[in-house]
Amino acid sequence: MARIIVVTSGKGGVGKTTSAAAIATGLALRGNKTVVIDFDVGLRNLDLIMGCERRVVYDLVNVIQGEAGLNQALIRDKRSDHLYILPASQTRDKDALTLEGVEQVLEKLAEDFDYIVCDSPAGIERGAQLAMYFADEAIVVTNPEVSSVRDSDRILGLLASKTRRAEQAQDPVVERLLITRYDPNRVDSGDMLNLEDIQEILAIKLIGLIPESEAVLRASNSGVPVTHDQDSDAGQAYSDTVARLLGDEKPLRFHQLQKKSFLSRIFGGGRR
Amino acid sequence: MKLLEFLKRERKKSASVAKERLQIIVAHQRGQRGQPDYMPMLERELLEVIRRYVEVEQDAINISLDSEDDCSVLELNVTLPNRG
Repeated sequence: MARIIVVTSGKGGVGKTTSAAAIATGLALRGNKTVVIDFDVGLRNLDLIMGCERRVVYDLVNVIQGEAGLNQALIRDKRSDHLYILPASQTRDKDALTLEGVEQVLEKLAEDFDYIVCDSPAGIERGAQLAMYFADEAIVVTNPEVSSVRDSDRILGLLASKTRRAEQAQDPVVERLLITRYDPNRVDSGDMLNLEDIQEILAIKLIGLIPESEAVLRASNSGVPVTHDQDSDAGQAYSDTVARLLGDEKPLRFHQLQKKSFLSRIFGGGRR
Repeated sequence: MKLLEFLKRERKKSASVAKERLQIIVAHQRGQRGQPDYMPMLERELLEVIRRYVEVEQDAINISLDSEDDCSVLELNVTLPNRG
């Protein structure tokens, strides 16, 4: 039985696509057959983050409209045999997606894949609601910042009411909090909400914490999901997140202030 | 050192201000969360009916739905103007 995981946030620019790509990559690296779907019709970006933008021929809308088969639209990841990408359309608008069409695509994917990761568009409109509708689990990506936290709470409201699980009175969608762009230095100086505060306000279980990291921009620049960069803090933090998704116990890392040694103070922080 | 601590304490404020503001917003959002979709429409129509009899302001009506155990209570507060 495939697990359908939606990566969502309400607010834009908090790291949904980065996280969807990194988590899908991490699941595949652990041997799970995984597909990551871009639901951001009209503004697709997942293909860029996954580094397969030049291999997109057909997309999710083509499949739903019957213009291409699912296997024609699925792109196999260059780096992992277990990972496939289903890109969004760039030319159509979000109305090209239908609930029935999405359901059929997900049902078909569920026959072959262990994990289906849905990368939601920003906002709380139709596209975001379609991305979450069939989810079993939700990863709510949140920055330590007021508008992001508020929007995450709105998304939690939608997950509890506008999903198939809610409408059919099944077990609710499992909600998990992923805090991204966390900067322990700014938390320490009192300028950034700390992770306990965010958890207290949103009252959902924390699945991971990704520190603000230079590695994330490096990864998107080169089209290689940051999970592959295991020398970086962000790459390791995403691997931890994936391990927790798979049921491993992993203590939290990168949330505390790193005391700089005398030498690194002089010579700079080095690569992160 | 004293000066440093003083500056640090001043700066502690922005994150805790953020937390306080969020707690209020989120409590308010969650209060509306369980509401059925028809509530805004119900509120508008009730106001219309009341206005047929009494001149009241747009914001004179306050409607809320509270659930307790196994029953829901629809609470309706209408502020009527003073009889001049």
